Parts: sequence; C-alpha cells; structure tokens
Amino acid sequence: MIEVKNIYKSFENANVLEDISETFEKGKANLIIGQSGSGKTVLLKSIVGLHEIDSGEIIYDGQVFNKMNFNGKKEIRKQMGMLFQGGALFDSNTVEENVMFPLDMFTDMTSDEKRERANECLKRVNIINKNNLFPSEISGGMQKRVAIARAISLNPKYLFCDEPNSGLDPKTAILIDNLIKEITEEYNTTTIINTHDMNSVLAIGDKVIFIYNGQKWWHGTNEDIFKSDNEELNDFVFASKLAQKIKMNR
Amino acid sequence: MKLFYHIGKYILLMSHVFCKPDKFKVFYKQTIREIGFLGINSIGITAIISVFMGAVITIQTAYNTENPLYPSYLIGLTARDTLLLEFSSTIVALILAGKIGSNIASEIGTMRVTEQIDALEIMGVNSANYLILPKIVAAVFFIPLLTIMSICIGLFGGWIAGISTGVVSTQDYVFGIQYAFVPYYIVYGLIKMAVFAFLITSISSFHGYYSHGGSLEVGKSSTLAVVHSSIFILIFNFILTQLLLS
Repeated sequence: MIEVKNIYKSFENANVLEDISETFEKGKANLIIGQSGSGKTVLLKSIVGLHEIDSGEIIYDGQVFNKMNFNGKKEIRKQMGMLFQGGALFDSNTVEENVMFPLDMFTDMTSDEKRERANECLKRVNIINKNNLFPSEISGGMQKRVAIARAISLNPKYLFCDEPNSGLDPKTAILIDNLIKEITEEYNTTTIINTHDMNSVLAIGDKVIFIYNGQKWWHGTNEDIFKSDNEELNDFVFASKLAQKIKMNR
Repeated sequence: MKLFYHIGKYILLMSHVFCKPDKFKVFYKQTIREIGFLGINSIGITAIISVFMGAVITIQTAYNTENPLYPSYLIGLTARDTLLLEFSSTIVALILAGKIGSNIASEIGTMRVTEQIDALEIMGVNSANYLILPKIVAAVFFIPLLTIMSICIGLFGGWIAGISTGVVSTQDYVFGIQYAFVPYYIVYGLIKMAVFAFLITSISSFHGYYSHGGSLEVGKSSTLAVVHSSIFILIFNFILTQLLLS
C-alpha cells in the first residue's frame, strides 16, 4: 500500500501540486486522471522519487520514502517496476537484455536462470521470438509490453505506469490495459496508472483520482464517475460525444 | 554566480559517480565495452593526426633552422620534444574532446530525454555511477596509451617527411630523437593525458546527464561538452605544465 499525505510541489514559484492526500491499495489498479498540465505526471514522479516534494509524506507500506537516505530509497526502488510513456527501453540492448537487466543488477542468478526468467516474463506479455531484436526494431505496442516484462522481472511490489496507452491503437491499448490489470491481480502489486484515456478508466479503474489544477478534485471507482455531479470531472470525462452517449445509455 | 552553481552541480554528480558500483561484474563488463568505444575506436584518428603532426613539425623545424650553424639533428630533437611535451597529449586530447566528448554527451543526453536514466533510477540503480564511472575509468587508463602510440607514430611521420623532402637524413634524425633524452617527459605527457581524459569524460557526461528537452537540446549539450572540455584542457595544460615542469 502507498499513502501520500499533504504533498506540495512547486517549480520556480509555480505550485504544481497542492495538498494532495490519497491511499493507493494493494492488488488494485489505481488510476490518476486529469487534463494535460494538471500535475498528474508530477504527482507520479513525486511518488516514485524522481521529483523531490516540497512538503508532505510519501509512505510505502509504513516507511516514509521521501525522508529516507539514498540507500534506503534504493532498497524500496528495487521493489518498484515502472512503465514509462515512451517505454524507456535501453536502446543499445536487445529485448532479452532489457528484461534481464534488473536480474543482472540485483540477483546472483546464473546466465541460464536469468535467460529463463526473462523468457517467462516475455511470454507473460506475449512477446515470443523477439529476444534478439533491438527496441527500434519492434512496434510501439511491443515496446510497451517489453517494458512491462522488464518491470515485472523482479516480482515488484509496486507498479507504476505513466500514460501506458499513449500513441497506441485502440486494440493494442486494450491489450496493454488488460495486461496491467492481470499483472496487478496476479502479483498483488500496488499499481498506480497515469492516464487520460477514458477507455482505461472505465475498463480497469478500481480507484480513480481526478487531479485538477494540481489539486485532488475527486476520487471514487470507475462506476462512481457516472453518478458524480462534479462539474470539472464531468467536463473532462464526458468531453467527447461518444462518452456522453455512454453516460446517457446508462 | 552561475559558474559556481554549475561547479557545485558537477561536484555533486561526481560524488554519485565515485561510489562503489552496484555490481562489479556489470561494472567490469561496462568498462571493457567503453575501452572499445572510447579507446580502441580512437586509435585511427589518433594515428592520422600523429603522422601529420610529426611531418609538419619536422618540415617547419627544418624551415626555421636553415642556418648552417644549427646542426641538422636539431630537427629530430625538436620533433621529439614537441611531440612528447605538447602535441601528443594536448593536441590529441583536444581532438579526442571533439570525438569522445560529443559521443558521450549525446549518448547520455539521449538516455536522459528518453527517460532511460529515470528507468535506471526507478530500478534502484545509481545511474551516475553505472553510466559514467566505466567511461572515466576506461578513458583514464586507456587514453594515455594513445599518447605513447601518438609519440611513436608522430616520430615516424616526421622521419618519413624528413627523408622524403630531403631536409634531414635518417642518421641525423635518429641521432636527434635520441639526443639529450629526458625520460620524465614521457611521464609528464602521460600524467597530462590521464588528467585530460578525466576532464573530457566527466565534463561531457555532466552535460549529457543534465540534458533536458529534446534532440535539439541534446545537440546543444553535445556542443557545450566539446567547448567546455577543450577550455578545461587548455586551463589544466597550463596548470600541469607549471606544476610538473617548473
């Protein structure tokens, strides 16, 4: 479980996050939604420690992460997996080497054991016979899946996904969503997903947090969204005609 | 004031670089890879520069010592001392700053803007140590060997130029390069090159590591890496010459 308590973050006197508190539960897909520039990426990067917050607390299973020293953070980070918007695969390494990387760094497995584990993870995300290709030689959807395989190679306790569907076609986006949801349940991870894809929200959002102008504006389940009378949330979620139709039909 | 800000940032980065590697096996593998990229791949350019440096020094010295009072072995002696003291370290370092410096800054800069460095950090890897230390170690230990190679090839280039243009005989040239030889000059050249190698790799890594934005900014970081590395090579050349030769 991850808790954030009263966190504030600013860049050069511009407040980006203001007094955000939330609890992200284990085994559930926690979605952070909001318009571009609302502060959701800053929030996610603050939670994982890529941005230092101005004040507040980020607590990983009872341990205050933002007050830990470098080595303490390092230990927590070994239990994290993250899927970046662009995949962030190491472009000079092959698919297999990318997935084996965390195993190389943090385990004493033999080469065969590492290769076996990498193949297990790749198989889990339906990437077969692509081991020796470089990231630039596979499609965007495959890159995302390889990034998921890398993120789960050490059985993480916490999984973070930043815009997992950006730049993907609708079919592949659904595939990625389902994969994240399955992995969350299978590995019982605390999963936090940053998205502005409404299909993801409706399909896998066990818990949804709406960020508006750097503040937590609303939270609830994906079902609660249809009942909410929060004006800003409705403007955001039901901006498209298709979404409005779905709401009308409910 | 901004200068002190950047110096502070550089020192902080170096404090993260010079830590115990997360895994020695991986560090060793990375260092060997960097020796290939930064060192072995620079042999060709160093050899080409050195041949022509030696040739030009020989011809210019001959041109400036046409007076019959000057012994012709002076050409070999001048070529040797110029290569040993200055050209095979400083000039080669300036050329390598362009080749290696831009390569390092663009490699690390691209990793930064494509979030690969963030991915390393999230995994709990000390990214500065993982990416930069192998480059520094590889360069500091391998690039001085290029200086020795440059001296040898430069002297050879000087000999070829000397005999092909007829400005010096083989006998005089060989006598000149052996005359009043000070072995300490080699040590001096190697120390300088080790320091220059450190400056090139650390300054270029610094610029790459703190790149932000897109490909244009990575290009700018790459240019800054070459410019700043070159300036610091010249400054440290002056400091080291005063310290080691005075």
